[in-house]
Amino acid sequence: MEKRRKIISRDLRNLLFGLLFISPWIVSFFLFLVYPVISNFQLGMTQYSGFGEPQWTGFDNYRQLGRDPLFWTSLYNTFYYVILAVPLGVAVAIALALAMNQKVREVALYRTLLYLPSIAPVFALSMIFIWLLNPRYGLFNYLFHLLQIPAIDWLGDPHWSKLAMVLVAQFGAGQFGLIFLTALRAIPGTLYDAASLDGAGAFRKFWYITLPLLTPVILYDIVIGIGLGLQVFVPAYIMTGGGPVNSTMFTALYIYKNAFEYSQIGLAAAASGILFIINAVLAVTIFWSSKYWVNYRLA
Amino acid sequence: MDAAVQRNKARTDLSRQLLARLFLIAMSAFYISPIYWMLVTALKGNNELAQFPPTLWPREIVWQNFEQAVRSFPFLSYLQNSVFYAALTVLGSVLSNFVIAYGFSRIKWPGRDLFFYPVIASIFIFIHFPVNPITMVPMFSFFTRLGLVNSYIPLIAPTFFGNPFFIFLLRQFMLQIPTELSDAARIDGANELQIMGRIILPLTRPALVVVALLAGISAWNDFLGPLIYLQNDKLYTLSLGLTFFKTAHKIEFNLLMAASCLVVLPVIGLFLLFQRFLLEGINLGDGR
Repeated sequence: MEKRRKIISRDLRNLLFGLLFISPWIVSFFLFLVYPVISNFQLGMTQYSGFGEPQWTGFDNYRQLGRDPLFWTSLYNTFYYVILAVPLGVAVAIALALAMNQKVREVALYRTLLYLPSIAPVFALSMIFIWLLNPRYGLFNYLFHLLQIPAIDWLGDPHWSKLAMVLVAQFGAGQFGLIFLTALRAIPGTLYDAASLDGAGAFRKFWYITLPLLTPVILYDIVIGIGLGLQVFVPAYIMTGGGPVNSTMFTALYIYKNAFEYSQIGLAAAASGILFIINAVLAVTIFWSSKYWVNYRLA
Repeated sequence: MDAAVQRNKARTDLSRQLLARLFLIAMSAFYISPIYWMLVTALKGNNELAQFPPTLWPREIVWQNFEQAVRSFPFLSYLQNSVFYAALTVLGSVLSNFVIAYGFSRIKWPGRDLFFYPVIASIFIFIHFPVNPITMVPMFSFFTRLGLVNSYIPLIAPTFFGNPFFIFLLRQFMLQIPTELSDAARIDGANELQIMGRIILPLTRPALVVVALLAGISAWNDFLGPLIYLQNDKLYTLSLGLTFFKTAHKIEFNLLMAASCLVVLPVIGLFLLFQRFLLEGINLGDGR
C-alpha cells in the first residue's frame, strides 16, 4: 500500500515536472501558432485598418478576394512556383548528396562549397542575383553569350521571372543535400554488392535500391518544400517586388502588401487563412499518400 | 592474367575518379558562383562594372569600395542591432529549447508523446518561426495592441518559448543518453534540476552548439521579421538597412556587393569554424 502510493506520487510528480519543463512551448504553441491561425479567420471577417476597432463584415473579405484577379494571379504564381521548385529541389538535393558521397580525397572541400550558399542570407543572395542575372553585366548571361545563347532578361521578362526564383531556391538545396547524404550512408553496402552479383548496373542500383531507401527523406523534403514554397516571400520582395506585370506576385507578397502597405488587415488575414488551409491540406494529403510510396523497411 | 585484370580495374577506377572530380568541380563552381560574383563585383571600379563582356576578375582591385560602402550608410549601428538581435536569439533559443527538450526526453510522464505531435506538426507548417506569412498579420495586430511594434520584443520574446525544430533536434539527441545516468543520480538523491544541470547539460553541449549556431544565423539572416516590426531606421538590422539602402539611393552595385560581403562573410566564417559540429548535428536531426 505504502509502496503503491509512492509510485503514484512519483508518476504525479513526473507529470507535473514534465508539464512544467515543456510549459514554455505550450505557451508558444497557443500564443504564436494556434492563436494567429484562429485569429486569421476572425480578423478575416472584419474590416480593419490597424487603427481603431475591427468592423464586423462577415464574408465580405472572402468575396472580395474571390473577385480580385490579383489574388488569383498570386495563387497561380505560388502554385506554379511550388510545382516547379519542389520536385526540382528534391532532385537537386539528391544529386548534391550523390556528389557529396563520391570517394574522392578532397570531397570535404566540395561538400563545404555545395553547402555554403544554403546558409547565406536569402536577402543577400537575392541582391547578388539581381546582378548575377543582369542581362548585360551578369555572369550567367555572359556564359550564355560564350555558348552563343541569346541573353535572357531573367527578372524583367514575365516568362522567365518565376523560373529565376526557382533557380535561386536551388542554391539552398545543400541543407537537404546533407540530410540525403546521411540517409545514403545508412544504406548497407551489402545490398549493392548483392545487386552487383546479380549483374545490376549503376542506374538500376540507384533506381531499385538507393531511391526506395531515400523515400522517407524525400517525404520530409516534399512537405517542408511545399511549406517553404507556399510561403516564399523574400526573393520576390527584393528581386522584383512582385513584377514584372505581377508575374512574381506570390500569395505571401499579396498578404504583405495588403496588410502593411494598403492597411487592409482584414483582407490580408482572410488571405492568410486561405494560405494556411492550402498548406495544411497539402501536408496532410502528402503524409496520407506516403503509405503508398514511402519505404520504411530497412530505413 | 590477374595482373592485367587488376591493371584494368585500376584504370577504370582512375577514370571514374576523374569523372567524379569533373562533376564535383562543375557543381561546386556553379554553387559558389553567387558568392564569387559578389566578391568580384565588390572589388571592381565603377568603369569596369559597366563593361561588356563583364570581366571574371577585376583588372584593378578597388579596396576602397568597402570603405565607401561602410561610410555611405549607418553600417556600424545596423551591425550593432544585428549582433544584438542574434545574441539574444541565441540566448533565448539555447535556454528554452534545452529545458523543453529535457521535458520531452528525460522525464517519463503520461501523455508525453501525445504532446509531441503538435511539435512535429508545427515543424512542417510554420517553417519560418516565429515570423512567417501565415501568422504575421494577427501577430502584428497583437503586438500593435500591446504597443510593442518598433521594438525587438516581437522578434526576440518568442525565441524564449521554444522553437519546434530545435526541440525536435535536442530531443533526438537527449534520447540517446542512457536513462541509467539519470536514475543513478536520482538514487544518490539528486533532484531534477541538479540532474539537468550537472549531468545532461554537459552531455548535450555539442547539440546546443548547433542550436546556438543555427539560431544566431537565422536571426542574422532574418529579413521578414525586421521588415514588419522595425520601422524606426535607428533600429534597422543589416538585412533591412542594406535592402532599403538599395531602394532609397541609386547605388552602384559594387558598393552594394561590398556591403553584402560584410554581411555574408561573417556567416561563412562562423560556418567554417563550426563546420564539424554542424555537419554532425544535422545528422542527429535525421531522427533514425
